[in-house]
Amino acid sequence: MPVAHKTGTVKSKQGSNAQSQKAPAAKTVKAASKKKDEEDGTETGEGDEWMQGKTLIKPLDQLDLTEAELKEEFTRILTANNPHAPQNIVRYSFKERSYKPISSVDQLAVHFVLEGNLLHQDSDEARRQRAKQGLPEEKDTVETAVAEKPETPAAGGEDAGDVEEGGGEERADSVESKAGKKEQKITNQFNFSERASQTLNNPLRERGCQTEPPPRANFSATANQWEIYDVYLEVLQKQEKNKEKAKAVPKKDDDKGKKKMMLVETQSDDITKVAKVAKIIERMVNQNTFDDIAQDFKYFEDASDEYREQEGTLLPLWKFQYDKAKRLSVTALCWNESYKDLFAVGLGSYDFTKQGRGMLVFYSLKNSTFPEYIYPTTSGILCLDIHKHLPYLVAVGFYDGCVAVYNLKEETLQPIYKSTAKSGKHTDPVWQVKWQKDDMDNNHNFFSVSSDGRVVSWTLVKNELVFTDIIKLSLEGAVSEGPEGVQLPIMACGTSFDFHKQIDYLFLVGTEEGKIHKCSKAYSSQFLETYNAHNMAVDAVKWNHFHTKVFISCSSDWTVKIWDHTIKTPMFTFDLNASVGDVAWSPYSSTVFAAVTTDGKVHTFDLSINKYEAICQQPVVAKKKTKLTHIEFNPVYPIIIVGDDRGYVTSLKLSPNLRKKPKEKKGQELPKGPEVEIAKMEKLLSLLREPENSNA
Amino acid sequence: MLPKAEVEETLKRIQTHKGVIGTIVVNAEGIPIRTTLDNSTTVQYAGLLHQLTMKARSTVRDIDPQNDLTFLRIRSKKHEIMVAPDKEYLLIVIQNPSE
Repeated sequence: MPVAHKTGTVKSKQGSNAQSQKAPAAKTVKAASKKKDEEDGTETGEGDEWMQGKTLIKPLDQLDLTEAELKEEFTRILTANNPHAPQNIVRYSFKERSYKPISSVDQLAVHFVLEGNLLHQDSDEARRQRAKQGLPEEKDTVETAVAEKPETPAAGGEDAGDVEEGGGEERADSVESKAGKKEQKITNQFNFSERASQTLNNPLRERGCQTEPPPRANFSATANQWEIYDVYLEVLQKQEKNKEKAKAVPKKDDDKGKKKMMLVETQSDDITKVAKVAKIIERMVNQNTFDDIAQDFKYFEDASDEYREQEGTLLPLWKFQYDKAKRLSVTALCWNESYKDLFAVGLGSYDFTKQGRGMLVFYSLKNSTFPEYIYPTTSGILCLDIHKHLPYLVAVGFYDGCVAVYNLKEETLQPIYKSTAKSGKHTDPVWQVKWQKDDMDNNHNFFSVSSDGRVVSWTLVKNELVFTDIIKLSLEGAVSEGPEGVQLPIMACGTSFDFHKQIDYLFLVGTEEGKIHKCSKAYSSQFLETYNAHNMAVDAVKWNHFHTKVFISCSSDWTVKIWDHTIKTPMFTFDLNASVGDVAWSPYSSTVFAAVTTDGKVHTFDLSINKYEAICQQPVVAKKKTKLTHIEFNPVYPIIIVGDDRGYVTSLKLSPNLRKKPKEKKGQELPKGPEVEIAKMEKLLSLLREPENSNA
Repeated sequence: MLPKAEVEETLKRIQTHKGVIGTIVVNAEGIPIRTTLDNSTTVQYAGLLHQLTMKARSTVRDIDPQNDLTFLRIRSKKHEIMVAPDKEYLLIVIQNPSE
């Protein structure tokens, strides 16, 4: 086919002549574009020709042309027009504000560009370069091919070209002349030049300053369980204080006062705080010195009592004395119910002519050399009593008829209450005082008996001591003529009294005449009963601790008598050959009692063992002249204290024989308790009563 | 009686008691403030016994924080040292009990 051949030739032409055949090639291409479709078809047909044996396939969209049209010949002209270039470019002209066709269209088609780096040796650029490098004018170089430089040379391209030229020149130079030219380093293509520069380093300068170091203190502590506990307690106390402060109205005066107090405390010599510790140490030192006595007190039991059938002994223990009390005699003794080792000693004088001052002294068994409390008094003390429940309240009766109440807790040496002439003090010495139960208003009260014949009840009301006459002891049958002929009953002199342990209103009063009156608090003028007890003054009368009917009395007529209050005659009578100063029941047995006489002996009796004689008669003081004045059993320990007229108090331990409890029968349990004691006593009394009844 | 005078008297009594060799009162830091012995002995006793008392006290309280040490006795061949601690003070007495 002619068309096909043409196409082929056109194509081959295009391939061989790259640059010279540009224009005609373009035209041919352009002309051929019309027949694109056909060519496509014929190409396939051509391919078909080569692949023999295949049938001719007609594509569906092949243009159906008539025979005449198929045979039509087309002429092709080779022109210099660029077939790709547009034929009608229309541009908008802003000036004329319309689209305007551009008349001439650029027909140039660039097929290949190669930017060369060769320069003509005579060109400006070449000359310039040579001048830069300082080389002489070039002769004929090896390569002189002139390359058309494209109009738009890139900077890199130019450089490359320059370098090439320079390189070329250099090579030529080296070939031609070698005189005095150093070989320059062949640098890389891209003219890499390393440039480094060093900045100026500023000189370093050190600057420092030092502050004053904070004050330091070393702190060390241990954290034990108890230290933590202490801190908690402190915090708790502070909290409580704050609560109290919050409750109370704050006063400025108080604060000032407190501040002053604080200052004073810190300034004072703190030796006062050593007080408690000093006391402990004193006791320890004493314990060491009197170690054997302390051991005896606690543990010694006289073993020889087993060999002595019924007799017992008294072991001397501590001896209490106070320097300033040497001239005085012990006029009263009393154990403290709450603190079993504390006892009170009243000092005064029984001598009518030698009346002076007195003293109230408290001792503890733990310290026998020095008293715990010392209260000097203006008048001699004759009796005292410590309150059963309030161990710090002490009632004291004086020789001058006053009564006073001391509070041991107070710092002062003065009594908190004292009776005066106005407030009903006795006109004669007060021989006995005894605390009673609190009255209905919860006021403390006590009774006193005196030689003026009155039994008075004193009540502690706030700041005062209010007195009430309970009973007046009048002599029966004795009436004296008063100033105006009025008959005044003569008062008996009461010398001792004791209140019943169980029956509150019942009490006994012993008089100087030797009578004992049984009285009631309710009846102020009449006695319930009168016993003709002794021939001389009744020095002491005491109810039995266990048996409710029994009481004991002693007198200067050398006798000690035991009574049943329902019977007018005594149950037992004991003659002790000397004036009996005091008698006391034992707190552990209903049948044991002890009496002291002016010959310095202590007589101990146990009625269940021996009804007629003492089981122990022992002198307890060195000098025979000293008279024993009082005796008291300790409520707990098996010791007794004995006071004498020289101001000494001796403590003695009772040996086991004196402390006998009823023997247990084989097989039976040992009965305990006061009932046993009562029973014991009752048994004794019944023995006595029966013969009496039978006699009577 | 003034509490101060009373304390002074008690201390005096202790010092003059039979068999007592010396008495030292030490404050909370272990510095003796009053003594009847010579200086070197006092310092020695004070330092040693202070430490011992602290240890004893710590022991007692560790066992039961509500408890506290009342006193301490050290009996030796020659004599007996008695120490009674307080919150701020320590009283040391050296006694020869057998005299």
